[in-house]
Amino acid sequence: MTGAHRIVGRMALVGLLAMAVLAVLAPILTPYVPDGIDLANRRAPPSLSHWFGTDELGRDVCTRVLFGARVSLAIGLLSAAVTAVVGFVIGSVSGYARGLLDGVLMRLTDTMLSVPRLPLLMILAAILDPTIPMLIVLVGLAGWMETARVVRAEVLSLRERSFVLAARACGARPPRIVGRHLLPNVLPAAMVATTLAVARGILLESTLSFFGVGVQPPTASWGNMLYQAQSTMSTEPWVAIFPGMMILLTVLAVNVLGDAATGAA
Amino acid sequence: MLRYAARRIAVAVPLLLLISMLVFALTRAAPGGPVEMYLANPNVRPEDIERLRVALGLDQPLLEQYLAWLRGFVTGQWGYSFVDGRPVTTRILERLPATLELMVSSLVVALAAAFPLGIIAALRQRGWFDRVSTVASFAGISLPVFWFGLVLQLVFAIGLGWLPSSGRSAFGAGGVADRLEHLLLPATVLATVHAAAWSRFLRSSMVTALREPFVTAARARGLTGRSVVAHALRTAVLPLTTVVMLDAAIMVSGAVVTESVFAWPGLGSLFTEALARRDYTVLMAFLMSTATAVVVLNLLADVAYRVVDPRVT
Repeated sequence: MTGAHRIVGRMALVGLLAMAVLAVLAPILTPYVPDGIDLANRRAPPSLSHWFGTDELGRDVCTRVLFGARVSLAIGLLSAAVTAVVGFVIGSVSGYARGLLDGVLMRLTDTMLSVPRLPLLMILAAILDPTIPMLIVLVGLAGWMETARVVRAEVLSLRERSFVLAARACGARPPRIVGRHLLPNVLPAAMVATTLAVARGILLESTLSFFGVGVQPPTASWGNMLYQAQSTMSTEPWVAIFPGMMILLTVLAVNVLGDAATGAA
Repeated sequence: MLRYAARRIAVAVPLLLLISMLVFALTRAAPGGPVEMYLANPNVRPEDIERLRVALGLDQPLLEQYLAWLRGFVTGQWGYSFVDGRPVTTRILERLPATLELMVSSLVVALAAAFPLGIIAALRQRGWFDRVSTVASFAGISLPVFWFGLVLQLVFAIGLGWLPSSGRSAFGAGGVADRLEHLLLPATVLATVHAAAWSRFLRSSMVTALREPFVTAARARGLTGRSVVAHALRTAVLPLTTVVMLDAAIMVSGAVVTESVFAWPGLGSLFTEALARRDYTVLMAFLMSTATAVVVLNLLADVAYRVVDPRVT
């Protein structure tokens, strides 16, 4: 890991934290409300009073981007937490138990990896009409496979090490061995997979919302802002440019962070 | 080798069965089942819905419905579209050429970009080209595909007016130049994420290959420039072929988005149209056939790898 690498990684972290702070403080940072309709100021280009312009209903795009950040970041982070938990449980059980159970769980993993992720999620989201918490679970359940594979590979090699034998000799049962002895050792590799899951989660949420099956209006998310912007894009490009830039920058920062974490792991 | 291939096929069959169960369960997860669409329509009488349920076999036990559907899928009887009543196989086959055209061109574009990017970056490791292409490839894998499509439309179709914004060909016209103009933007959008990922992958496997003793030996024999690169590339390309095949599932997801943004009349748009109308037979056929394609490609990648590199066991 080079010095430049570390600096870029830190910049990404600082950028993400700044984004999170802006999202949390959104209500006090902006004089507008996200669904405040102002028909006198419709389709206004970016200006000092409306930094990112206004949309077809006169809503302040900057405000909606800030409030959208709350939804998009929350879904990205929490869905990654779901992938981490499910991926760790399946991966460690698979790697520690081996044999038949491993075979079954890995075939399940292969199954989920073979079905194209986005169409699968789109069908589920269209059928279930999910609330935001449900959306978090759905996106998380569509993404645990990579984590499970990483954890399984680590556990397979770790379980042969002498400290595991020592723990077993002391009478520790498998749940304790996995939880107390293997989990801390698997953590670095699992963290990298989880970081990538955050990036994927944000992209999936925005794509689902862009297709109108994710976060439902009037709640703003970066994806559904773009869904609404699609029809007015040619006359008011700013309503499409800014939310998309936010997705790009956030996912970029998360990916850079994940890369830096790979170097550290 | 044949035994290995046979073993891989033996693993793929239960995998396909699991996928079919997942796909079947998915469409039965809807509260009203496949006839959900009609339940909300006040113009459809309850007795008509009941007749439809019987006609579709929805009054049968779930296991029998599943077996009947699976039997149909295997024998090419994919059922009829809920929307226009035509056979699902016809609807899929008429969209297939457009999707293949888009996917193959994207594959070509992605590889054409990934090879020079990856090779030059590996040769000039930590040089300015390496740094710039690293940043570019990170941006490439972080791009929201639909937004990238919208921006390209905005710039090249609406702003500059150089290229058409959507569709596969101009109405009535069918020239090669016209087709290529329509293809350029969607193929670029679909290719970008893969070009970024594959160039990164090729770079790192090239860096490893260039450190191998046989490359040093080639240099010691007096080879320079191109010939050394050719030596290293032969080993570096191998793992890339696997990655390219394994990314098939990602490309299907990408095609759904790209085709929808550019109104490209392929399988991806068929999927979004079917989803909007809850056309379950089409949705099931789409998921099942794309997942089958992914499984087959993965299997081919595994077997091909063993053919090219016999060291792998």
